[in-house]
Amino acid sequence: MNISKVITPVLAVLVFLGLWEALVWVNDWPNYKMASPSDLGPAFTRYWELFLVYGWQTLWRTVAGLLLAIVVGTALGMIMGFSRTMRDGLYPLLVGFNAIPKATVVPIIALMFVGAHDFNTILIAFMISFFPIAVSVSIGLSTLEPEYRDILRSLGASQMTIFWKIALPKTLPEFFGALKVAVTLAFIGTNLMEIVSPHGRGLGALFDSGKTNSDYPLMFAVLIALAVLGILLYYVVVVLEKIFAGWAERQPG
Amino acid sequence: MMGQPHGYGPAWGPMTALIEIRDVSHRFETDSGPLHVLDHLNISIEEGGFTAVVGPSGCGKSTLTRLVSGLMKPDEGEVWLHGERVRGPRSTVGMAFQNPVLLEWRSILNNVVLPLEIVPNKLTRAQKEERARFLLDLVGLSGFEDKRPSELSGGMRQRASLCRALVHKPEVLILDEPFGALDAFTREDLWQTMHKVKQEEPFTGLLITHDLRESIFLADQVVVMSGRPAHTQYLMDVPATGPRALDDLYTPEAAERLNILRHQIQIAQGRTADDDRKEAAE
Ligand SMILES: Nc1ncnc2c1ncn2[C@@H]1O[C@H](COP(=O)(O)OP(=O)(O)OP(=O)(O)O)[C@@H](O)[C@H]1O
Ligand SMILES: [Mg+2]
Repeated sequence: MNISKVITPVLAVLVFLGLWEALVWVNDWPNYKMASPSDLGPAFTRYWELFLVYGWQTLWRTVAGLLLAIVVGTALGMIMGFSRTMRDGLYPLLVGFNAIPKATVVPIIALMFVGAHDFNTILIAFMISFFPIAVSVSIGLSTLEPEYRDILRSLGASQMTIFWKIALPKTLPEFFGALKVAVTLAFIGTNLMEIVSPHGRGLGALFDSGKTNSDYPLMFAVLIALAVLGILLYYVVVVLEKIFAGWAERQPG
Repeated sequence: MMGQPHGYGPAWGPMTALIEIRDVSHRFETDSGPLHVLDHLNISIEEGGFTAVVGPSGCGKSTLTRLVSGLMKPDEGEVWLHGERVRGPRSTVGMAFQNPVLLEWRSILNNVVLPLEIVPNKLTRAQKEERARFLLDLVGLSGFEDKRPSELSGGMRQRASLCRALVHKPEVLILDEPFGALDAFTREDLWQTMHKVKQEEPFTGLLITHDLRESIFLADQVVVMSGRPAHTQYLMDVPATGPRALDDLYTPEAAERLNILRHQIQIAQGRTADDDRKEAAE
């Protein structure tokens, strides 16, 4: 871990903010067209308590939906990875389900489970993010070369041992690749619910209130907060990947 | 022998046929109907023996290894190992393939240790690693214990794969074209390593190969399988005085043996020397 690994991204963010500020300043855009970074500071300081509370609501519900997606996605992936018949049967169903725009599902879910806001939000975050996990696990398992199995099977190892010793670790790189996609998707899911069917919780609700009050800097500040949360969660996954699947990383050069 | 840990492994009995393949026939169900692969195949390998099996591509050599290791059951006939009928996988077998199938997330040492994590034994972790180190040293891989498989050359990976096949002291070592993907020089290096290993680590060997020189260099018995459906077409005993140094492969005697085997393979493929000449002329 060297210093430049920290400094480079920080510099990149600063340059980005500088360019943004300059763009707004040069064009002399009013706030409702495009807020500038210097407007965001006041928005954050004025509402920092709300940002903490709502940000936490968004974060924990996203993580909950994501955990559910990991459990269900991995289970589906295992079923499809080990059984050809199940794969042939489930795949079209899953693809079809995934193709439905989740924005259309939100009102349905909201009607189905009226009042269960947390549950609904978690459900949407889950529904939008489990697909890549299921696909990656199933592909990882079904493309396992038979010789890998044979090495252990010829020693009398059980299916469970083969799964733990070989199938699971061999699938981890693909799993984490999918998880990175799923993290972003889960955020979209949470915010979709919070914005389309607002119930006064989460950053989506804060965004909505900014819209109602024509508080444009607040709306932009929410977007930034969402981006920060997204980056945070993404890097948590990156760290986990380094720990559990770091072996798959090739040394450059 | 060198200081390797004891406390497991087979007790060596009297000289009997250790691997017995009796009248084995096998078919696969395929989309285009049943495929008759093996037809009343008979092979018998003495304890401590090393048998090479050669035959046309697709004649069922890999199928044979899966039957001996218990990964598959034959439709007809019986496979016996050490006086017991094979009904399923057993830990007294070690296997290595053309593809070394090392686990990329494990170090070389931990790859070699793997079978000891599965086969029941009373070894401590330290003893398992000591055993693995001993074998890695034997095949010339000491110093590479902590490397990842991707950091090794093809020949080195194959050496590691060999160590993994031997680490639990199997009675039977099954090698399915283990050197097939290597260049000629690396392959010859590994042949010599095999001789060394065989002296230090006694086993009964079944080697599938496409390389006739390899078969007479390593084995004391060469079996030629016929084309599909395959039976035992030809048997050649290679005496202990046979080629055991690379130079021995270029003697008139070795040339004679290779010639006979080449001729047998042609028969197995359903070709004759005349066919070849005609084909070449066209
Ligand atoms: N599980 C299976 N299902 C159907 N057919 C199979 C199966 N395994 C092997 N076969 C077929 O059986 C025949 C023998 O296969 P096998 O792999 O034993 O041949 P081989 O002698 O090892 O060939 P090669 O020299 O190319 O390695 C081939 O035609 C192969 O396509
Ligand atoms: Mg084969």
